[in-house]
Amino acid sequence: MSSDHYAPTIQPAELADVEARLARTWADPPGFLGWLMTVDHKRIGRRYIVTAMVFFVLGGLLALAMRTQLARPESGLMGPDRYNQLFSMHGSTMMFLFAVPVMEAVAVYIVPLMAGTRNISFPRLNAFSYWIYLCGGVTIFVAFLLDIGPEAGWFAYVPLSSSAYSPGKRTDFWAQLITFTEVAALAVAVELVATILKQRAPGMTLGRMPLFLWAMLVTSFMVIFAMPAVMLASSFLISDRLVGTQFFNVAEGGDALLWQHLFWFFGHPEVYIIFIPALGMISTIVATFSRRPVFAYPYMVLALIATGFLAFGLWVHHMFATGLPHLGNSFYTAASITIALPSAVQIFAWIATIWSGRPRFATPLLFVIGFLAIFVLGGLTGVMVASVPLDLQLHDTYFVVAHFHYVLIGGAVFPLFGAFYYWFPKITGRLLDETLGKWNFWLFFVGFNVTFFPMHYLGLIGMPRRVYTYPPGLGWDLWNLVATIGAYLIAISALLFVFNVIRSLRSGARAGDDPWQAPDLEWATSSPPPPHNFTYLPIVQSAEPLWHSDEIPVVRGATGDKREVLLTSAVEAAPGIRWQMPEPSLWPLVSALALTVLFIWSVFSPWGVVWGAIPVAIALTFWFWPSKSEQSE
Amino acid sequence: MRALRVVGDVSHLPDYGFGPAALGWWGTLGFILIEGMAFVLGIGALFYLLPLQPAWPPASRPPDLLWGTLFTVVVVLSEIPNVLAGRAAKARDARGVRIGLLVAVFVGFLLAVIRGFEFGALNERWDHNAYGSIIWALMLMHTVHVATDVYDTCVLAALAFARPLDGRRFSDVEDNAAYWHFVLVTWLVLYALIYWLPRMLGHG
Repeated sequence: MSSDHYAPTIQPAELADVEARLARTWADPPGFLGWLMTVDHKRIGRRYIVTAMVFFVLGGLLALAMRTQLARPESGLMGPDRYNQLFSMHGSTMMFLFAVPVMEAVAVYIVPLMAGTRNISFPRLNAFSYWIYLCGGVTIFVAFLLDIGPEAGWFAYVPLSSSAYSPGKRTDFWAQLITFTEVAALAVAVELVATILKQRAPGMTLGRMPLFLWAMLVTSFMVIFAMPAVMLASSFLISDRLVGTQFFNVAEGGDALLWQHLFWFFGHPEVYIIFIPALGMISTIVATFSRRPVFAYPYMVLALIATGFLAFGLWVHHMFATGLPHLGNSFYTAASITIALPSAVQIFAWIATIWSGRPRFATPLLFVIGFLAIFVLGGLTGVMVASVPLDLQLHDTYFVVAHFHYVLIGGAVFPLFGAFYYWFPKITGRLLDETLGKWNFWLFFVGFNVTFFPMHYLGLIGMPRRVYTYPPGLGWDLWNLVATIGAYLIAISALLFVFNVIRSLRSGARAGDDPWQAPDLEWATSSPPPPHNFTYLPIVQSAEPLWHSDEIPVVRGATGDKREVLLTSAVEAAPGIRWQMPEPSLWPLVSALALTVLFIWSVFSPWGVVWGAIPVAIALTFWFWPSKSEQSE
Repeated sequence: MRALRVVGDVSHLPDYGFGPAALGWWGTLGFILIEGMAFVLGIGALFYLLPLQPAWPPASRPPDLLWGTLFTVVVVLSEIPNVLAGRAAKARDARGVRIGLLVAVFVGFLLAVIRGFEFGALNERWDHNAYGSIIWALMLMHTVHVATDVYDTCVLAALAFARPLDGRRFSDVEDNAAYWHFVLVTWLVLYALIYWLPRMLGHG
């Protein structure tokens, strides 16, 4: 940075002038057209979060329907076919339409702000990602309502998902749901890697980078390496069903376990793809509400990276019951137990942070403490089922259902709700109500344990997963009823959250820029932030930039009439290029619609892939064709 | 709002760059990692299926060498216009970029034609057995990459002739050249696996 020609202070007139110019440059076109064309990471992040939460509610309603059916033995509410569709849709919705997207959605909103930049790295790809995700979710729910929804479970094991046992188009729609959601997730992953490595504020070296950014960096790389496996698997599956390939047909040299390997090579990292963003959220919340930096920062970073690596070495523990070689099983047992170590490092570091800080037990921190209790239990049952002899006993029982709901809801949904309470004021300008928040937390915490704790016992006494009903007198009746009551408690808690959001949007307390006295850069701008995020781009001189000085060091120069961001070097974050970002455009939406036509067409004919590619190519060409105003110098 | 203190000025910084300094390179890298992973897993599936067959190929001759080898020779030679276009881009030589892109487009179409003949010489159908399925899958995956990059090169060539080239377009041309390296390297691996592995295993 040159230090020749600038005055150290900014006069109010200059500030107002620059603000007005930036707001004009970064504004979307007005009205509905602008809503469709926007490439603002905040607008897209917001709609991504809202859409993911709608799918969370829909997935939750499917779960309530299942729990209502299971509340008493021999219930006639629904038959086995409908029940198969319900649990397949519930799992697919929660994994592909809620858990991964919502974590990426929060990152789409928060990461550029926390890094101190003005937009995500590839804004049009970001818009495209949202539209393709929305189209995929709508497609699968329309299919479900037309009775062609998935029926072979969220992991669609062959041969249950092959043409012989799943005729019709149900499994084909499931396979294309995977393609839709993985395209969307991969696009965001690439954007986040580039944003985090190239757009950090000058001075935010890797060693000063907030743990949430570290968590999203690790997650994004995991998405990049894990998700191709499931896309490949679902493409093999749909081509077996549609054009008669023999990948999974044992009679012609294929193999059913190839499916399981490919699926779980994605499916196990997937769990950590959901969990690691939550770890970043927890670190952020714990630091702010303990009013001190997270204890043992370098070890926290190493723990995140170690988790990311180890997550790729565990997938076979889902396959212990398939008769694999003993040595292989032992390796995966060891790896599965090893991954508990980095999780433990982080849990102890958070406890140390809270212990040695001056904690304020506001709602976000309550959700973190709820996480600690529930996740530790889920982690312990994880260590239990990592052991082959016990797993063989418990495989496909409700014990496993209990285990993964403890790790997924405890490990991801509790921190996510904490993050909602934490970042809601930044996103909307208003605080969520604390009293309702505490009710929200306690009802969720109690409801969760009432629902899922009895499932451990149900599994131990032999209740299998995925049964639509059971006879009376097996000792299962009471605990199933208890679990169902718990599920309704969770539903009430969710309703309370929705009520809190609506009420706070209308009449919540004004948040101001920084209601929590937090350390990170997203709190250095107004709430909600202007379209350009920061009027003057900030400089970072420590790991907690807002805690060490009342003044924010900034640079002049990227304040003109172009949509400019600063590109910095990947490690040292030294400024390098004033990079111009693209204008709003309708073409990402058109491209997503064209690709949707291709995906749905391909369910019915392989030629859909060929002919459907033409409109996609045309739309992409218009997308990338640069406008005159985007010329560089 | 907090007080702001100006500590520098960035208006002198350039507004484009090449390689890891620019954003486009990182996007290209991201997609190379994704697609490279898909190839690695596809190759993994091939080796998973291989020991399950009585022979490799189980019921046919290996693919004929002619078209596959011709494709390999041409795709290696295609690196000449590709590297020249990339170097011209870095030197901001508009004429060199235009010539390099035009030749690359021509070679790309030639490759597409050869690939068509290759499919006819695989000697096994995709729906006959798992061997046929996996080699067709790998061939199709690679063909999609060839088609995508040739189309991308066409669009870049059209842009290069439609208006004066600016720094960002030069940077795009360099990224496109980098992506073609990836298409080439994956093919060399696939060529060995599809054409030579069956022969090495003694069934040629």
